[in-house]
Amino acid sequence: MEIKVLGPGCPKCHEAEKIVREALAESGVSANVAKVSDFQEMAALGVFATPAVVIDGQVKVSGKVPAKKDVLAWIGK
Amino acid sequence: MSKSCCSSTKQRMILACSGGSNVGQATNQAAVELTREGFGKMYCLVGIGAGLQGFVQSARAVEEMVVLDGCPVGCAKAILDREGITPGRYVVATALGIEKVKDPQLVVREEDVRRIKEAACEGAGTASPASTDAASAPCGCSGKA
Repeated sequence: MEIKVLGPGCPKCHEAEKIVREALAESGVSANVAKVSDFQEMAALGVFATPAVVIDGQVKVSGKVPAKKDVLAWIGK
Repeated sequence: MSKSCCSSTKQRMILACSGGSNVGQATNQAAVELTREGFGKMYCLVGIGAGLQGFVQSARAVEEMVVLDGCPVGCAKAILDREGITPGRYVVATALGIEKVKDPQLVVREEDVRRIKEAACEGAGTASPASTDAASAPCGCSGKA
C-alpha cells in the first residue's frame, strides 16, 4: 500500500501525516508513507486543497485533516 | 493551491465553462479575476470532465462551488450533473442579458466580465439564472473588471 500525504509543510499537513501513521500503527497494516510537498505533483493528482491523503493513487481526502476513523476505513480496518 | 500553507479559510471552488465563444471566454476571464481577487480559486473543469479521480474527488469534497456557464447549453453544469455534484452558486452569462455572438476573434468585453463576477458574488442559487439584484450582501470581491 502506498500512501501519500500532500501539503507544503505546515501544521495541518503534519497533523494529517501523524494521523495516518497512527492509524497504520494501530491497525498493523503495512504501508509506505510519503510526504509530498511538490506543487506539480499535487496538481497532477488533481488535489484542490491541502492537506490531502492519497492511497494507492486514489485521493481520499482533500482540504482537511482526516479523522483517524476515516483513515482506518480507507486502509481496510 | 497555496504554496505556503494548507487551507485555512473556507474553500470556494470556481469552475468556468471557458467555452469557444465570447460568453465562454467571459466566464473564463471572470473566474481568473475572481481568483486574483481572493473570492475563490479557479479549478480544472476539464479534469472533472475527463473523469480524473483526483479532480472529481476534490470537486465533491469542496466546501463551496461557484459554476459559470456561458450559455444555456450549460456544459459546466452538465459535467457536474453527471458526477452528481450540485454547485452552491450557478451563473449563466446569457441569462444576465449578455449576448452570445458569432465572433471568431472571441472578444471579451470588460462589462460582461464585470456582470458575471457580480452575479457570482451575489449568489445565484442552484441551477437557476443569476439575478442582478444589487440588494444582496456584499461578497468582498472588488468587482473590478
